[in-house]
Amino acid sequence: MTERPGFLGYRRPDGRIGTRNHVLVVPTVICSSVVAERVAAATQPIGTAVPHLAGCGQLGPDMRVTHDTLAAYCGHPNVGAVVVIALGCEQVVAQTLAEAARRHGKPVEIVAIQSEGGTVRTTAKATAIAQRFADALAVEPREWCDASELVLSLKCGGSDYTSGLASNPTLGRVTDRLVALGGTAVLGEIAEIMGAEHLLASRATRPATATKLIQIITRVETEARALGLDIRGTQPSPGNIRGGLTTIEEKSLGATHKGGEVAPLADVVAYSAPITQKGLTVMDTPGLDVESVTGMVGGGAQVVVFTTGLGTPTGNPIAPVIKVTGNARTARQMADNIDLDVSGIMDDSETLDAAADRLFAEVLAVASGQQTSAERLGHREFAIHRRNPTI
Amino acid sequence: MKPVLVISERDNVATALQALEPGRDLTIARGRVAVLDAVPSGHKIALCVIHAGEAVIKYGSPIGLATAEIPAGAHVHTHNLASTRGRGDLEAPPPRLAEPPDERNGSERNGVGKS
Repeated sequence: MTERPGFLGYRRPDGRIGTRNHVLVVPTVICSSVVAERVAAATQPIGTAVPHLAGCGQLGPDMRVTHDTLAAYCGHPNVGAVVVIALGCEQVVAQTLAEAARRHGKPVEIVAIQSEGGTVRTTAKATAIAQRFADALAVEPREWCDASELVLSLKCGGSDYTSGLASNPTLGRVTDRLVALGGTAVLGEIAEIMGAEHLLASRATRPATATKLIQIITRVETEARALGLDIRGTQPSPGNIRGGLTTIEEKSLGATHKGGEVAPLADVVAYSAPITQKGLTVMDTPGLDVESVTGMVGGGAQVVVFTTGLGTPTGNPIAPVIKVTGNARTARQMADNIDLDVSGIMDDSETLDAAADRLFAEVLAVASGQQTSAERLGHREFAIHRRNPTI
Repeated sequence: MKPVLVISERDNVATALQALEPGRDLTIARGRVAVLDAVPSGHKIALCVIHAGEAVIKYGSPIGLATAEIPAGAHVHTHNLASTRGRGDLEAPPPRLAEPPDERNGSERNGVGKS
């Protein structure tokens, strides 16, 4: 019997496993985002911020998404401690975010700009707290964890014809292997399932899950149609079309390869909602890369694999993002952004299975602490999905 | 490198893995195709005649409908293929659960990637 694959992670009090050990500096509202960024900059790379444009002027459902996403990051296994930067008059409640961190066993403190007495005092106090947290986290040990503890986010962006032929099928094989080992994968971007939903629905573990998938795809399609426009130009994007992709169905069929060929569709969840089922989960995210990755990490993904044809730099504040390309030219031209080149599949010099072996090994190495290109370059993009206007 | 890749045996288009010039003869598993148009690398070429209104098939599934008669060997892209989904400019049918079989493991694909 062969040894089960695994990685060196941080075992959290709530039983979940982190692949990173960050101090998360969370602004409750856009107004405290600059202070949060300064505190994180002073304590990086352990300190990391989630600056955002929301937190006030939002109505019901949008407010809830903002709140739930920030709370999900506070409780995320890749976060070891939390500093909440509040303003004092905003809608997002600092105490609720702090409670989300505490519930998952993480140390947390709140510093508020209005009560602390301005930017300078708040920055100084919060930086001292963040540094104290970072010093403690820096000496925490990693321990051996089974691969089944992984929740892998599956993402593609800047797709071209190589995405559907090389990088996405490579990732799909990794998805099938991880799920066969008892692990979890999450696929977002509902618009990019449009045209391929029959493939995922047929793998649903329960009829209700297939129905839910079809319902959210119908909702997104109805919203797009209600604008009276052809979504071509947005889906596929102009770059996709130049690269040879003609229709959203074609893009979706290529993109859905990321979800593997046999992994059961176990669940369909809302944006940033907890991913609780082993197997493949579909999350209701938009196609915009940063909003999509932000939501899937919020759901609990500890590692992101991001396939690209044309190349793209996107990272995340708390989760490593591994870039994979099947385009040899992109691998050369954007070498600083690419972690894994699988272009050998295109010229028959590497099989999909051999490329999947390398990608699976890369996922485990990154989960164990190996830095990704996005991390080395300081890419920490973060954007919470919004559906309604600011009031 | 092969000049074109046919992903599923159900497909009526192939993906050019290099730029194709008119007049070139391609040999694929099901026969021969003469290239009619210049086809950029990464773009699609018709493997047989596809009549206006017929589905264009790639990955074993429909990727839209032909908007004009597409002869074998022609470049297939936005000028002769249109999506049926998310078309607010038309009245598109709602998505269906009717499912063509998953053909992504088609025999020709095996030659390229599966080991």
